Amino acid sequence: MEQIEFNYPAKRKVLERAHVGVVGSGDLEILLEPAEGEVAHVFIRTSVDGFRDTWKAVLDRFFTKYDGAVRIQINDAGATPGSVQLRLEQAVEVSER
Amino acid sequence: MSNNGHGASFINRQSFIELDARERATALFDPGTSRELLGPFDRMESPWLPMQGITPQADDGCVVMKGKIAGQAAVVVALEGAFQGGSMGEVSGEKMTAALDLACADNEKGMPTSAVILLETGGVRLQEANLGLAAIAELMASILALRKHAPVICLMAGTVGCFGGMSLAAGLASYIVMTREARLGMNGPEVIEQENGVEEFDSSDRALIWAIHGGEQRYVTGLADELVDDDTPQIADAIRHFVSKGVPALHRSSRAALYRNRIEKLDTSGQWDPKEFRACWATNGSNEEKR
Repeated sequence: MEQIEFNYPAKRKVLERAHVGVVGSGDLEILLEPAEGEVAHVFIRTSVDGFRDTWKAVLDRFFTKYDGAVRIQINDAGATPGSVQLRLEQAVEVSER
Repeated sequence: MSNNGHGASFINRQSFIELDARERATALFDPGTSRELLGPFDRMESPWLPMQGITPQADDGCVVMKGKIAGQAAVVVALEGAFQGGSMGEVSGEKMTAALDLACADNEKGMPTSAVILLETGGVRLQEANLGLAAIAELMASILALRKHAPVICLMAGTVGCFGGMSLAAGLASYIVMTREARLGMNGPEVIEQENGVEEFDSSDRALIWAIHGGEQRYVTGLADELVDDDTPQIADAIRHFVSKGVPALHRSSRAALYRNRIEKLDTSGQWDPKEFRACWATNGSNEEKR
């Protein structure tokens, strides 16, 4: 298991937290919570070691569109980049509905 | 019903199996009455899995909800089969046991509270070894304490099924509800094959496995109380029915004489066929118990 952390700039307050997904094979769990300040913090625990660059690419892309000040915790059981992207978008949708 | 009508009802069915543990638990309550206790944001996760390089889940794969079913207070505990095979660890076991103990305390204070346990589990989480075994022992004690006051209903929807120590816990339930897709058994097919060889039990032979462990066989042979379709409203109906029915006059696990007698009568000199076995143990219309 590898632990990875990233920070991204944020502009907007987020009001609701969201929980989506499950730590099942090829899937992941995301806990998204409002945070103070102008930063989004992402903390990842993944069962597959050695994919830091891929995580960075997926999150860089996600944060080109998303500007909420949040703490995101990801518990990953080997999700593909596509699944990660979809789960992130789902978490945002749940927190903003 | 015409074939077309039947096909449409199948397609329009709201699958219960496709729901995750949290959605399953929510679906059983009277609408708008449920709230989750110790949810994922409380982060009661397994401390043992990360030490072994395994990603934990924020709720340890165990969802606890309180609310009303058929207008009565009820607690629902659902295991998430997709996380570590729904296995019982120290934390998930303690969540389940504490939920049943609180329900028991409420009953003793004069607030009738039933329990529904959604089992999708291979049993003890091997990574947590003795702590998982202890958790199941405690859970069994809690079921026995609670079932005197209020029904404890076990629901196996599938597709993981319910195996190992948790099948013993299920055996203590007031009522067992299963779908055809669900399985219930002490040793899982893979375990039997691994220990005794493929000649003993071919775990890839799905028809054989379901003919032995499947919900239909368990229901017809009297080891489950209700057989339901994979249909959310139908399953919620069955749960409401058993909550309203209350504590049974005699629990299945108290009928030791009946089952001992049945097992003694089995001729084990030859190989039993699941169909023959079904005919032998079929309980519908039988008055064996009175004998």
